[in-house]
Amino acid sequence: MSDERGPLSALLSDEPRVVTAGVGLFADALAAQGITPVRTDWRPPAGAGDALDRIARDERVTDANATAVGRLQSARPHLVDVRLARDAIDGFEDGMLLHAGPPIEWADASGPLRGAIMGALLYEGWADEPEAAGAMVERGDVHLAPCHEHGAVGPMAGVVSPSMPVYVLHDAEHDVTAFCTQNEGLGKVLRYGAFGRQVIDRLHWMDRTLAPLTRTALRSHGPIDVRSLIVQALQMGDEGHNRNRAGSSLFVREIAGELVEVEAAARDIADVLRFINGNDHFFLNLVMPAAKVAADAARDIPGSTMVVAMARNGTEFGIQCSGTGDRWFTGPAGVPDGLFLSGYGPDDANPDIGDSTITETAGFGGFAMAAAPAIVRFVGGEVGDALRYTMSMYEITLAEHAAYQIPILGFRGTPVGIDATRVVRAGIVPAVNTGIAGREPGTGQVGAGLVEPPMGCFVAAARALADQVVMP
Amino acid sequence: MTTHIEVRRGSYHDSVTLLQVSQDVAAVDGVDDAIVAMATELNLAVLADLGFDRVDLGDATPNDMIIALRTADDEALRSALGAMERSLSASSRSTSGGDFQAPPPRTVGVAARSTDTNLAMISVPGEYAFVEAMDALRAGLHVMLFSDNVPVEQEVALKREGARRGLLVMGPDCGTAIVGNVGLGFANVVRPGPVGMVAASGTGAQQVCCLLDEADVGLRHVLGVGGRDLSAEVGAASTLQALAALDADPATELIVIVSKPPDPEVADRVRNAARQCDTPVLLGFVGRDQLDLTAVADAAAERVDHPITNHRRWDPSVIPSPAVGELRGLFSGGTLCDEAMVIASAALGPVRSNIPLEPDWALDGDDADGHVMIDYGEDTMTRGRPHPMIDHSLRLNSLRREAQRPGSHVVLLDVVLGHGADADPAGALAPAVAGARRVAADRGDRLAVVVSLCGTRDDPQDRDRQAAALADAGATVHLSNAGAARDAVRLVSGDNR
Repeated sequence: MSDERGPLSALLSDEPRVVTAGVGLFADALAAQGITPVRTDWRPPAGAGDALDRIARDERVTDANATAVGRLQSARPHLVDVRLARDAIDGFEDGMLLHAGPPIEWADASGPLRGAIMGALLYEGWADEPEAAGAMVERGDVHLAPCHEHGAVGPMAGVVSPSMPVYVLHDAEHDVTAFCTQNEGLGKVLRYGAFGRQVIDRLHWMDRTLAPLTRTALRSHGPIDVRSLIVQALQMGDEGHNRNRAGSSLFVREIAGELVEVEAAARDIADVLRFINGNDHFFLNLVMPAAKVAADAARDIPGSTMVVAMARNGTEFGIQCSGTGDRWFTGPAGVPDGLFLSGYGPDDANPDIGDSTITETAGFGGFAMAAAPAIVRFVGGEVGDALRYTMSMYEITLAEHAAYQIPILGFRGTPVGIDATRVVRAGIVPAVNTGIAGREPGTGQVGAGLVEPPMGCFVAAARALADQVVMP
Repeated sequence: MTTHIEVRRGSYHDSVTLLQVSQDVAAVDGVDDAIVAMATELNLAVLADLGFDRVDLGDATPNDMIIALRTADDEALRSALGAMERSLSASSRSTSGGDFQAPPPRTVGVAARSTDTNLAMISVPGEYAFVEAMDALRAGLHVMLFSDNVPVEQEVALKREGARRGLLVMGPDCGTAIVGNVGLGFANVVRPGPVGMVAASGTGAQQVCCLLDEADVGLRHVLGVGGRDLSAEVGAASTLQALAALDADPATELIVIVSKPPDPEVADRVRNAARQCDTPVLLGFVGRDQLDLTAVADAAAERVDHPITNHRRWDPSVIPSPAVGELRGLFSGGTLCDEAMVIASAALGPVRSNIPLEPDWALDGDDADGHVMIDYGEDTMTRGRPHPMIDHSLRLNSLRREAQRPGSHVVLLDVVLGHGADADPAGALAPAVAGARRVAADRGDRLAVVVSLCGTRDDPQDRDRQAAALADAGATVHLSNAGAARDAVRLVSGDNR
């Protein structure tokens, strides 16, 4: 026999090493012969069986997905600038507001999204009273558009108005740019639907002080490699979605020198440093656009079943797939399960909201839960549960991330590249960490926890992918 | 109303832990407000909102923990503080990752990615089998696809994908394979040896294996290909691949191909391929006007110089008298049923069946006059039900019904042993055979029972004990299915010999 024996010759000259799916009896029979098989916990798909059949016929899928997940991982997003949204974002017309999640009308908008829109109108000076917001949007004076359709992402309500400063992240590898506002802190903040005086004042402080100082410091520092900060943060107990304490600290270390050198009042510089120090989520608004850059690099690969966006608008949970362009597949947003701030309970919780699920889309957040065991306590879980969350995500993803690693799993790469068809087949939806917004406009944050995306949107995506299958 | 405010300096807990602690404390009866938190600006503001006086906190910093409680009375406060301590200590109790077990993979492709495997044994319901099998191939695994009810175009697609990757697709509807002495699916325990087999029939392969093993002829590999592999649509895709692989295997000295008669063009292709092989190939096309499985086994044994003189049988203590009447075949193996029908119909005329030899011999329901043979392992009979090699209940019912039918009759049963099959088939069937014979005898009729026992000496069920139990119940037991069928025909024809 030649050395280049084919796989079949190899099978016939070795003992078989078997994976079983289906009848347990046959696995038992193998075990009785001393061949311990790898047993799958197989179960029927969650739906769209005929669509899965069609997709399995499409010979492009394997390569398309390899390309998609390769691009997702090879993106090197750098923070390159801080600019006003109206200047940075193409097509950001006056009278337009961006929001989190799939498209939505005012009539369907939940409390926190309405509250954030009200706040944005007050902040821009387009309205004097929050109550005016509904009529203005319904009349068409104010036009709503998803962040995702403008290269942006926004946490929670995700409302971006033209005068808000945004981070500009750029990936030279795939020439992709993404935007995100600066993080306002916790508690009563616009992104959680609060719009009181202090909220608007803080936003003004951000555009007058925080943004110019960070912009100047950044320009003198030069582009910051956000991916490498995320790599470090994951090894320091962050998962990049609900816990960004390490990442926020790393960012301060990176920028502090240049910040101190900015020609500004020492009080302003100190305010900026204290603001960042007092906000464990400061880094969230950098990891989100970093994830967006990576996910956008993987868009529009024909045949790819990989998810490139997961986002919620407080009413619906929507996903987009690489092979189906800008089409959204939506289902009702679930209500998160978690811990509530004092004075609030489950009845105060709004359905899931925000673009922050871009972190899970890019292979961290809930998918890196094993790196941040503290997070599982949001739902009364234990360390083992954190490991389980991450381990079960390998079931629905295409690869292990080349850069993002989890120390406790032997530095195994995080599960990355959600395959919509694997979600449906395994019956496992992506693990998502999230903040919880109050149901009533103006409330703000009421808690934090975990939430399950609706399986229906993955089933719908599978059907759409099946419709454009290329048969051999 | 009791208010309690306490600052614990330098006592750090993360905010998630403290949220949990606060909730635990708030759940205590008589607690109106409870905040256990680090003294950050945000938390101090919350305290102020709830009416706790900031002055009490002194110069607390974000590294200090504050405990602020408002309770109905002092007793509630004591309970609350107790609950807080318990919750705090529970939160820091070590819950090591050591007791963590990774959940098992749910799909074959994912399992293959994280383990060193080379073969997927898939037995999921047929409607889901294609996706799983394709996943296995794309993960670089050979596939044994036990599942039936898989459309033929899916079979073609799987085999095309397999061929492109140099991977073998055994099935769909592949009941039996033996790879490197490991039985997959329903497989008898055979000794290793020089014969390689390519089989488009699971029970056909098992029958030939058992007859060869009894003659001390060992098996190298048995590669199942699925019952449709030699059809015009599938074009012997897997047969040709398996044939080439066995030909290239130096330890295989004789290749036997077992299949129902193939599509004529496909048969030519297989014959041509067989001629090209360096290893001798025995074509065992079984069916009407063809060889039977026993003849294939005999020819194979002959070729490796172990000629078989007679096939093993076990007779009951009282030799059964002929039972002129109708012949009933109750089979779990499709090929065994088919072979018995070929033999019976040649002697007795039409045999009605759910897998009829002639279209107009098709059975309507499972009851009819005349000679009837039923394959209980056929696709439509196994939807949502275990295979009759595992679950005898349908055949036990039929046996009871036969006993009730007036007149004398002959019942022909197959019993298949080996891995995957029921652990003790005679345990269920022997009492039923004895009971049925008694019911007929009490009526003054005769019920003769002939068993085709497909098993080897080394099968886990202890074949000889199984045979003895069936013979003790009054059945004549044959290792050769063709032999059993001929015996049944003799009995039903009233031939005393």
